[in-house]
Amino acid sequence: MIDVNNVSVRYIMGDFKDIGIKEYLIKKAKGQMMVKEFWALRDVSFHVEKGTLLGIIGSNGSGKSTILKVLAGIMPPTKGSITANGSVAALLELGAGFDGDLTVKENVYLRGALLGYTREFVDNEYENIIEFSELREFEDAAFKKLSSGMKSKLAFSLASRVNPDILVLDEVLSVGDIRFRKKSENRMREMMSGGTTTILVSHSMAQIREMCTQVVWLEKGEMRGIGDTKTMCDMYEKYMKK
Amino acid sequence: MNLINLYKRHKFVFTELVKRDFKKKYKRSFLGVLWSMLAPLFTLLVLNFVFGTFFGRTQEYYTIYLFSGWLIFQYYNDATNGAMNSLMANASIFSKVKVPKYMFLFSRVASSSINFFLTLVIYAVFIVAYGLPITWKFITLLYPIACMFLLILGIGLILSALFVFFRDVQYLYGVFSTALMYATPIFYTTDILGDKQWIFYLNPLYYYVTYFRSVVIDGVIPSIEFHGVMLAVSLLLFGIGCWMYKKYNYKFLYYV
Repeated sequence: MIDVNNVSVRYIMGDFKDIGIKEYLIKKAKGQMMVKEFWALRDVSFHVEKGTLLGIIGSNGSGKSTILKVLAGIMPPTKGSITANGSVAALLELGAGFDGDLTVKENVYLRGALLGYTREFVDNEYENIIEFSELREFEDAAFKKLSSGMKSKLAFSLASRVNPDILVLDEVLSVGDIRFRKKSENRMREMMSGGTTTILVSHSMAQIREMCTQVVWLEKGEMRGIGDTKTMCDMYEKYMKK
Repeated sequence: MNLINLYKRHKFVFTELVKRDFKKKYKRSFLGVLWSMLAPLFTLLVLNFVFGTFFGRTQEYYTIYLFSGWLIFQYYNDATNGAMNSLMANASIFSKVKVPKYMFLFSRVASSSINFFLTLVIYAVFIVAYGLPITWKFITLLYPIACMFLLILGIGLILSALFVFFRDVQYLYGVFSTALMYATPIFYTTDILGDKQWIFYLNPLYYYVTYFRSVVIDGVIPSIEFHGVMLAVSLLLFGIGCWMYKKYNYKFLYYV
């Protein structure tokens, strides 16, 4: 069960990050500091029951990725709060944490550690991970030598080894070739059938319609609604055609 | 207790990150990890050749004197610079994966520390080669090392927080490090300042360097007050570092 209560996230834009200390002090003294605020999420609230597969839809820049970061615990919300019961596993970017110079095997351990696995777990699961990713013959190759499809396969195989209570996914289901996609979708269903609550962001409406049981629609950081998949998707598609 | 639990929980990610830093550093070099021992040795030989003729006349065991200073400065410099960059360098990871950000900083300082310990092995070889006795008093060297470790973490935490907001901290700190190197009695002897010795007391590195030399060359453990000052300075900087980290560590996720 997940409860999102009036969550707002504020980003800060304008001349801040790229100016030096000298300029910062001068601008501050002159009162010319141009800081623009940008609310990526405004007062978003919803409730998800256990076992739901919730899709989040919305056009680019609507705050989808931000809400996932908040749900994953990476970014504390500026206002509001989130209660989530159980362990959370988040796959926001499959490639994050891999290091091109290390071998595939070394990367499995590194990324596994970053995902919060224990060493024993990775030791035990290593064979399964390599088997699933179909990268047996590349075990000792440098990660950067792999094709982007292979990288995604490895990332997915590694991340889908656990059975978390809550799974947060950002556009990660459509990786690899057709055969692998089928395999990964099956694996996803397997994970979900175990009672996992899943939250999924996707631009593929077909995928959302096919998989999700409930949908949240965000637009410019604000909730347009939460409801059953068909109603929300129809509303969204009508809005996008305008 | 809390720290032990924290360590247990993050031990795996910590060791994997240290391994990553190490492997990346030495992967493509023929001599591998040996470089971490050889590089300071070569610099030492050059310094010894250049300055030995000036200061070597008045300072006993000048090579060891120089090595003690160089060893400590190198450790400090490498670790603080690495720590400063550690958050920025790994930003793409922790903006997508939930992992405590300080792990990147701690693991970077740890890999510098391993380098430092490798250099200590060569240092020990030199001590023996120059005929200085290795005594039980050498155990006390762990004290300045521990203090220095705290100080480095503190300064690293401060710098990495600043660096995320102001990129020019990198250049300013580069200038500062150079100034610090000359302000620390590494290759010259402390009588250079005559009766203005107190200027050295403002430099935290002075205490570590002096401690090492005192124990290794003179066989004397510094006074209790000396120990106190070292600890106080380290704790102070570590405290400031932790406070800044706590205050700012997640803030820059919001700056786009």
